Amino acid sequence: MPYLGSEETVKELRRALSNPNVQSDRLRYRNVILRVIQCMTQGLDMSALYMEMVKASATVDIVQKKLVYLYMCTYAGLKPDLALLAINTLRKDCADPNPMVRGLALRNMCNLRMPGITEYIQQPVLTGLRDKASYVRRVAVLGCAKMQNLQPDTEIDGAVVNELYSMLRDPDPVVMVNCLRALEEILKDEGGVVINKPIAHHLLNRLADLDSWGQSEALAFLLRYRPRGEDELFDILNLLDGFLHSGHSAVATATLRLFLQLAAAHLAVQADALGRTRGPLLAACSAQSRELRFAGLCHVQQVLRSLPAHFSAHYKKFFCSYSEPSYIKFRKMEILVELVNDENVVLVLEELQAYCTDVSPELAQAAIFAVGRIGRTYSERCLNILTNLLGLKQDHITSAVVQTFRDLVWLCPQCTPSVCAAVAGCQDYVQDSEGKQALIWLLGVHGDQISGAPYVLEEYIDGVKTELSPVVKLELLTAAVRLFLSRPAETQDMLGRLLHYCIEEESDMSVRDRALMCYRLLRCGVEETNRVLGGPKSDPSLGVIAGPTEEPINSWVPHFNTLQPVSGRESWPTATTRGSSEQPPQSAVQPSLAGAGSREVTSSREAGGAGAFCLSLDPVLAPEAFEKHWLQLEVSHTEALPCPGPPSSPETLQAALQMVKIQALAFSRPDALPWKVYAYTHGSGSLVLAELLRQADPDSDSGLDQLTVTVKQEPRNEQALRGFISVLKTVLQTLTSDSS
Amino acid sequence: MFRNRANAVGTMISQVFILSSKGDHLIYKDFRGEASNNVINVFYEMVTSLRGDQPPVVMNHEGLHFIHVRQGGLYCVATTTANPSPFTIIEFLNRFLGLIKDYCGSLSEKSVKMNFALIYEMLDEMLDYGYIQTSSTDILKNFIQTEAVSSKPFSLFDLSNVGLFGADTQQSKVAPSAAASRPIMSSRDQGVKNEIFVDVIERLTVVIGANGVLMKAEIQGEIRVKCYLPSCSEMRIGLNEEFSIGKSQLRGYGSAVRVDECRFHQAVKLEEFDSYRILRICPSQGEQTVMQYQLSDDLPSAPPFRLFPTVERDSGGRLLIYLKLRCDLPPKSAALNVSVTVPVPKGSLSLSQELSSPDQKAELQPSSKAVLWEIPRFPGGAQLSALFKLEVPGLSSASLLEVGPVSLSFELPKHTCTGLQIRFLRLSPAQPGPPQRWVRYVTHSDSYTIRI
Repeated sequence: MPYLGSEETVKELRRALSNPNVQSDRLRYRNVILRVIQCMTQGLDMSALYMEMVKASATVDIVQKKLVYLYMCTYAGLKPDLALLAINTLRKDCADPNPMVRGLALRNMCNLRMPGITEYIQQPVLTGLRDKASYVRRVAVLGCAKMQNLQPDTEIDGAVVNELYSMLRDPDPVVMVNCLRALEEILKDEGGVVINKPIAHHLLNRLADLDSWGQSEALAFLLRYRPRGEDELFDILNLLDGFLHSGHSAVATATLRLFLQLAAAHLAVQADALGRTRGPLLAACSAQSRELRFAGLCHVQQVLRSLPAHFSAHYKKFFCSYSEPSYIKFRKMEILVELVNDENVVLVLEELQAYCTDVSPELAQAAIFAVGRIGRTYSERCLNILTNLLGLKQDHITSAVVQTFRDLVWLCPQCTPSVCAAVAGCQDYVQDSEGKQALIWLLGVHGDQISGAPYVLEEYIDGVKTELSPVVKLELLTAAVRLFLSRPAETQDMLGRLLHYCIEEESDMSVRDRALMCYRLLRCGVEETNRVLGGPKSDPSLGVIAGPTEEPINSWVPHFNTLQPVSGRESWPTATTRGSSEQPPQSAVQPSLAGAGSREVTSSREAGGAGAFCLSLDPVLAPEAFEKHWLQLEVSHTEALPCPGPPSSPETLQAALQMVKIQALAFSRPDALPWKVYAYTHGSGSLVLAELLRQADPDSDSGLDQLTVTVKQEPRNEQALRGFISVLKTVLQTLTSDSS
Repeated sequence: MFRNRANAVGTMISQVFILSSKGDHLIYKDFRGEASNNVINVFYEMVTSLRGDQPPVVMNHEGLHFIHVRQGGLYCVATTTANPSPFTIIEFLNRFLGLIKDYCGSLSEKSVKMNFALIYEMLDEMLDYGYIQTSSTDILKNFIQTEAVSSKPFSLFDLSNVGLFGADTQQSKVAPSAAASRPIMSSRDQGVKNEIFVDVIERLTVVIGANGVLMKAEIQGEIRVKCYLPSCSEMRIGLNEEFSIGKSQLRGYGSAVRVDECRFHQAVKLEEFDSYRILRICPSQGEQTVMQYQLSDDLPSAPPFRLFPTVERDSGGRLLIYLKLRCDLPPKSAALNVSVTVPVPKGSLSLSQELSSPDQKAELQPSSKAVLWEIPRFPGGAQLSALFKLEVPGLSSASLLEVGPVSLSFELPKHTCTGLQIRFLRLSPAQPGPPQRWVRYVTHSDSYTIRI
């Protein structure tokens, strides 16, 4: 951040640097240079001093040399012509008898990032590769990579590549690891360094000589190697065995990943390796460094995707410490929800209950949602806890409890009576729009069981003018009509007022449209209205889809020990959408206990029956008829939907589609490519035919991340098309987020 | 936009920078020229605008990943365009900060500012082209030329050390409190002080239920060696002979020290461990963790604190919290800097208190709505009580549910909860001018929670 006076500073420093008195006094000279570096660090532009600084590089004082080199490398791009002046000094230093000076000069010469430098550094780098000091060789090896990256368009020098491959046998371990890194960079267009059998075994045998950084790096390179047969595979696994217990979490996790990948076909070996790294992973989860703790927790979550019971005996390790930052507590709660079983449910719930009254409202709400998730299996215990929380009469707690109630009622119909008894009287403490939506939904759908429902709803209707959120108003409209169906006498009057207000005075289009629709619907008669809005009141089967399903271990191994598990879930897809097959953009969306769970429920419900748009399977379409229509009709819409991972099993997909009234007629085998599904449905009087296609892209694997949907319609109807696509998206998302 | 290198293997760090908590740039080094230094400000904006529930450790900006650790009020950040192991980067950053602590004596904005030249020098040797080269003090000391400027903070309560030595003790030889917070390299010209510290540090996590039952107990322990010896010589650390690892090895004597799991530093030689419980290591200069161990659930002794709370409403509509806190340590030891946090109803307005001695303090913290009761020294076997009267408008019986859980933080100097002891510490070959050897024990509370 340049600030006023930076020009003054530059002038003053230049005066000092060119003052012969300063130059002759080593300490004073060094201090002036220190000030230049300090200003540079603060972000001030010091490039105007380049000339003076180059002069300062010709010194015997190594500290001063290092400081000047740091300066020169920072500004070389801005002052390429001046930087060339320093080359002479640097080249001279490259022949210095002191290996430290040689290494320093060579490293910094290669760090001068400017065009045309290559011709000056090539010779010193090649000489450096054969230097007797390993320190210089380390620098020279990476120098080769820097040189290649400075002129990316030039042809790769085969001699250098061969030399680097042969230097993998260098006695110095860091030189060896640097060779791997350099080759990886130089050969990146050809897929990086080749790990063949001799190299792989060489690396494995030298693993013990490396420090932990080198070990994790070498282990990452070994991921590229595929053993020839079972014998070799088990030899390798034996060599790796000891590293699973490494005291460094980076080495232990890198070894685990390599183990899992090598033993992809041996489930027992994978399970055994996971069992033995339980200790190191748990140790990372309670490490002193909270960042390390967080990384550990994120990786535990990965393991839990396949082995939900893997850490159940260690559930106490995931109890939150009061001093931990919230982001760690959130993760721990997510994990606790997954670990619940018959033995520990009492203690886990007791623990979560303690978090429900946390000072942080977000944390308290997340704890309540977590209790709600457990409530899908252990509903009675959780309902007690949740009902007691209502007694606290606090806005954020009541709101979260009501939202949890709504989801519980939808998934576990047996909870309905207790919920209906508990929600009476909460309306005064529900202030945020999510809470209001949930409460209004409950009043609408289960109004027949909540004695005070019409009066509570009336309060909302009377306050509709001051309500800011359009979503709450939409929910209110639907709920009022539903309540009218179950308790017409008490609701008729207020429904009239609400419709009048929304049609005549409301400025939000969607609310007005919904009101008009409700109005027309009511004019069609009660029975018609009931058929449209009455829908099912719960859907326990959705719990099966939304609940945790065990994924194969191999589905997460490619991301294990990378940044993906620790990245913010929303941010990852946008960050690397141009990425490779390694990062299917959507797979970062896991079922998070706080939001996604209830969102899925809401969206499916909207799509399923309650909303404005409704699909149906009548009349049934025979496969022959489908084929005929498909061939005759023209494509009305094509869209690529993100959908990573292998296709779900046909049964699951078919069941899921049927639930939203889409009939699938034909499937490819799950492992086939291209993989296709044909399906049909009716919506808004239009027949919708669709083909889902997953295709192998010859250039990259990225085609696997999406499904291409081709839709044909008869007759054309834009609304039906949009509705269909959104329903389909919801289903695919629900499926992939839970079981990809 | 940055070149996407998500496929490349290798931990390449693009830039490393250190920011103060106010966002001042203290250190910035670009290793690969992939991104400009504007990203420093981008990072600071991102990290300061996060909501509490958003994890800050790894963040993205246009394909550049920021990975950072926070220590001593500083943000230490690495950026990368690749997709490396988060463990490697986090451990590297922690190690880097640990080295700064070793070299500069302490880790703070001030010490980083004063020693920026040395830190740049360190970074230059640790990373080349963004690849980790070394982090060992034995190697680095040959290359680091800058002298550290020691910034000794003048503070009566140097909290980082008080736990280790703050107690008044019967022991005659106690290391001075600043002994281990001095630069390792400054001994070059001053009077050489050959010292070696072996610290046994345990972190205790305890949850006690409302009925007084121990719900969770866990100890994370480590043996840390801090070495100021100029030359490396082999050290033998003898642990309790009855030390056992794992559940199955329980021996018949009551004095056995047991841990669930135990991990050692790569350089530790374990030939004599199985039969004599002796660790052999050539310590490098600076600080290193020689052994880590953990123990869950079966503590060898009772947890150090028990709480007997009473929460009720008095006739005047005030909330009364009566706490009786007992310290179950042996009478000779004491807990230091005990602070007890009691969450109270959000509507609480004011607090009046009755404490048992004048050196204790209690106050109502308006931001977190909790009563903080501080006890500077709590001798073993003692029992202290406190009565808090809170003014809470509209106090209802439900408000009583908002009281608790109580959490304690404290330090137990000269005490290990596992009972792990260092029997002896021998250096061989014998040094000319025998070095000072210090063994210190301390238990910190990681999280000590008591439900009400």
